[in-house]
Amino acid sequence: MKHRYLPMTEQDQKEMLDVVGISSIDELFADIPEKVRFKGEYNIKPAKAESALLKELSQLAAKNADSKQFASFLGAGVYDHFKPIIVDHVISRSEFYTAYTPYQPEISQGELQAIFEFQTMICELTGMDLANSSMYDGGTSLAEAGNLAAGHTRRKKLLVSEAIHPEYIDVVKVYAKGQNIEVVTVPTKDGVTDLAKLEESVDDDTAAVMVQYPNFFGQIEDLAKVEQLTHAQNALFIVSANPLALGVLTPPGKFGADITVGDAQVFGISEAFGGPHCGYFAVNSKLMRKVPGRLVGETTDEEGRRGYVLTLQAREQHIRRDKATSNICSNQALNALAASVAMTALGKKGMKEIATQNILKTHYAKQAFEKAGFEVVYQGAHFNEIVVKVNGSVAEGNKGLLEKGIIGGFDLGRINSDLQNHVLIAVTEQRTKEEIDALVQEMGALHA
Amino acid sequence: MHKDNQPLIFEITKEGRVGYNLPELDVPEVDLSTLLPQAILRAEEAELPEVSELDIMRHYTALSNRNHGVDTGFYPLGSCTMKYNPKINESVARFPGFANIHPLQEEASVQGAMELMYDLQEHLIEITGMDEVTLQPAAGAHGEWTALMMIRAFHEANGDTQRTKVIVPDSAHGTNPASATVAGFETITVKSNEDGLVDLEDLRRVVGPDTAALMLTNPNTLGLFEESILELAEIIHGVGGKLYYDGANLNAVMSKARPGDMGFDCVHLNLHKTFTGPHGGGGPGSGPVGVKADLIPFLPSPVLVKEEDKYTFDYNRPQSIGRVKPFYGNFGINVRAYTYIRSMGPDGLKAVTEYAVLNANYMMRRLEEHFDLPYNRHCKHEFVLSGRRQKKLGVRTLDMAKRLLDFGYHPPTIYFPLNVEEGMMIEPTETESKETLDAFCDAMIQIAKEVEENPEIVQNAPHTTVINRLDETKAARKPVLRYIKA
Repeated sequence: MKHRYLPMTEQDQKEMLDVVGISSIDELFADIPEKVRFKGEYNIKPAKAESALLKELSQLAAKNADSKQFASFLGAGVYDHFKPIIVDHVISRSEFYTAYTPYQPEISQGELQAIFEFQTMICELTGMDLANSSMYDGGTSLAEAGNLAAGHTRRKKLLVSEAIHPEYIDVVKVYAKGQNIEVVTVPTKDGVTDLAKLEESVDDDTAAVMVQYPNFFGQIEDLAKVEQLTHAQNALFIVSANPLALGVLTPPGKFGADITVGDAQVFGISEAFGGPHCGYFAVNSKLMRKVPGRLVGETTDEEGRRGYVLTLQAREQHIRRDKATSNICSNQALNALAASVAMTALGKKGMKEIATQNILKTHYAKQAFEKAGFEVVYQGAHFNEIVVKVNGSVAEGNKGLLEKGIIGGFDLGRINSDLQNHVLIAVTEQRTKEEIDALVQEMGALHA
Repeated sequence: MHKDNQPLIFEITKEGRVGYNLPELDVPEVDLSTLLPQAILRAEEAELPEVSELDIMRHYTALSNRNHGVDTGFYPLGSCTMKYNPKINESVARFPGFANIHPLQEEASVQGAMELMYDLQEHLIEITGMDEVTLQPAAGAHGEWTALMMIRAFHEANGDTQRTKVIVPDSAHGTNPASATVAGFETITVKSNEDGLVDLEDLRRVVGPDTAALMLTNPNTLGLFEESILELAEIIHGVGGKLYYDGANLNAVMSKARPGDMGFDCVHLNLHKTFTGPHGGGGPGSGPVGVKADLIPFLPSPVLVKEEDKYTFDYNRPQSIGRVKPFYGNFGINVRAYTYIRSMGPDGLKAVTEYAVLNANYMMRRLEEHFDLPYNRHCKHEFVLSGRRQKKLGVRTLDMAKRLLDFGYHPPTIYFPLNVEEGMMIEPTETESKETLDAFCDAMIQIAKEVEENPEIVQNAPHTTVINRLDETKAARKPVLRYIKA
């Protein structure tokens, strides 16, 4: 078998078999019982040469409507944001992407330092004391926060705002079931968590209260009030926050959050049909030893030089096995690196500017929709998403928009029958005034 | 500060520098305080770097030069399958039609992506011998937990709520018991026998009506094939439990034995190992799970189905365990794995396994007289040496691992599996040439000689890296987990 990834020659094979003391490779598989031995070859597609495969797969990719060609107003947890061109140049350095987890610090200082910087930037944005090296995504990160809270408080109930991303809530429920934790959802009122209902529900069996900031409908929750209700019952306060919004919003740490989680996809990470993205997990210092996943810490070598290592590993599966704080092993390290590069490029000024642009462009879109006679249903403070009520089917409208080069918003009827004919529109800094005007005009025609 | 310290990005920041440009705002500027209440307007800016684009590139290039990847040099890290990461994968994953599509777009606008996912599932079904595959889990451990949650749901659907125990061998990966805990099970450890395989007598002793599942890696973490696999399956199935396949070592048996034919009920795969999604410095991975027919109803929702020529997500799955991840899994990694499988074809995947196993056996035989070999029989894709001979001379396996750094190699996995004293687990993979294997073996043999003749050079290693051994105790005692401006 000759293949560009397989350097074995016939001569090599012969010499190696001699050293092993056998005459054929088959002898190495003789310990597989005859009854389970697979004969022949897999019934799968034959190998394709590089150029032919590139052609086939580029044609397959071209069947999809992508946000490079189309103006996307679809958000709902995944966003088309500015991705600095240098992000791909950095993460394409194969010293980073072909490395394993940095268990040998002497030859992994680059990765370790990059992650230490990632942890720092997440702390800066969220206002939390410490952050881990990443989780799979915002949804599993939130779910792990719920499990942490239940373990820490020894309580068995999570109160979850219905203004959290519905797919995140689904994930929280599955993780909670594993630990026999009850999940109680708290309804919304005017697009934000119903605080009166929350106050009724939170009690001394509540492990944590979870809200999203800005929430699934783009509205900004009253974190000060939620914190007060939560801590009054000594439950943990968990916030799922869009870290890009924290360029202008007061960080959850300032509101007394115990755990802040979310997804760093907004920083230089492609939408990629939903993954891989990059969960982050940040806590206040009293929860340090309960954090899931890897942590990078600073230390020194024998000569006093500063260096970085994976630390507090006694929390982790490879040491503690069934007593670990989580089963997570692989995380999203390369995407944490991508996010670090994007956060670095934006920097102190850019983070504020990009967040501000999101608010202002969404504000402009809101006014444009209202001027065109649409109802924008929630009137509270928003970040980069608004809910617009339309005549007729959102899905049908989106089909029409696609023909005009626009990817429409999220059909809220898909998750809540009360929200049929409501569409969640995301307006990031990527959208131009012309594109927003075109969206409003086309929707006016499609939903007349 | 020592002159050799690599500055943090925060230490080269200078007020007034920027590393980005956004288009000028093209909508009317409005004072944010008229749109948002004062309390939610951030009072202090986040202390992020202020650096130019060149500053950023130099910084990360310097960091990359302080990192070792497969493209840098040999990386025989046992159980991690550090094979070559093909570059075509990276190009394909970056096609705009794959990288820049949103998971909630109308299905009609993402049929190409769904077709790729479906075809990948079909390929993985054939490779594993299972009946259905989900691509939703994000990594191996996530796949383990997903499958255990399905097993739990299966037993509960049968009214078998007393099945609270998951059995794992003492040689298992740490994620196995950890995943069992997260899924709400108690872990029971089954011993290995003197041949390094599951002790059938001990297994018979620990199984019972409370057994939910046995998690098994085959070949196991010693690189040995569980010859009694059919008997093991019979024991577990005999008490009504499920047999779980940890696919971390699939590289050893492609086209030789399929989990589905060995009696396994479910399996997770690490697409970032066997199927070349890069490890990325620790992730992202992808951990698809394959199941036999009786577990299909419990698969995570949604399930990707093909209706005539159209692909669609089926959310109507009343017995599903629910969603284990937002959206549909780590699609970008799945694209890479698909590209790899299509590059190799059936004969290619067969050769992958044959060469990976031959490489491991060749190295094992070249090294056996210089180190202790606790299990002396043909191995599969990896083998485990013991450093107990060297330990008697005052040199630990950790020291030898550090000494390998001076030769430009990433060391093997060490002190694992737990049932080997001073273990060194070596996995060469099929993408390494005989010359590379020989050079590595020569280095190992030289180190074994040094242990006898000049142990200090090994005990004080490494000598050539950018930093010496780091004080891990100090790191853990008073953790510094972020930069704070002096």
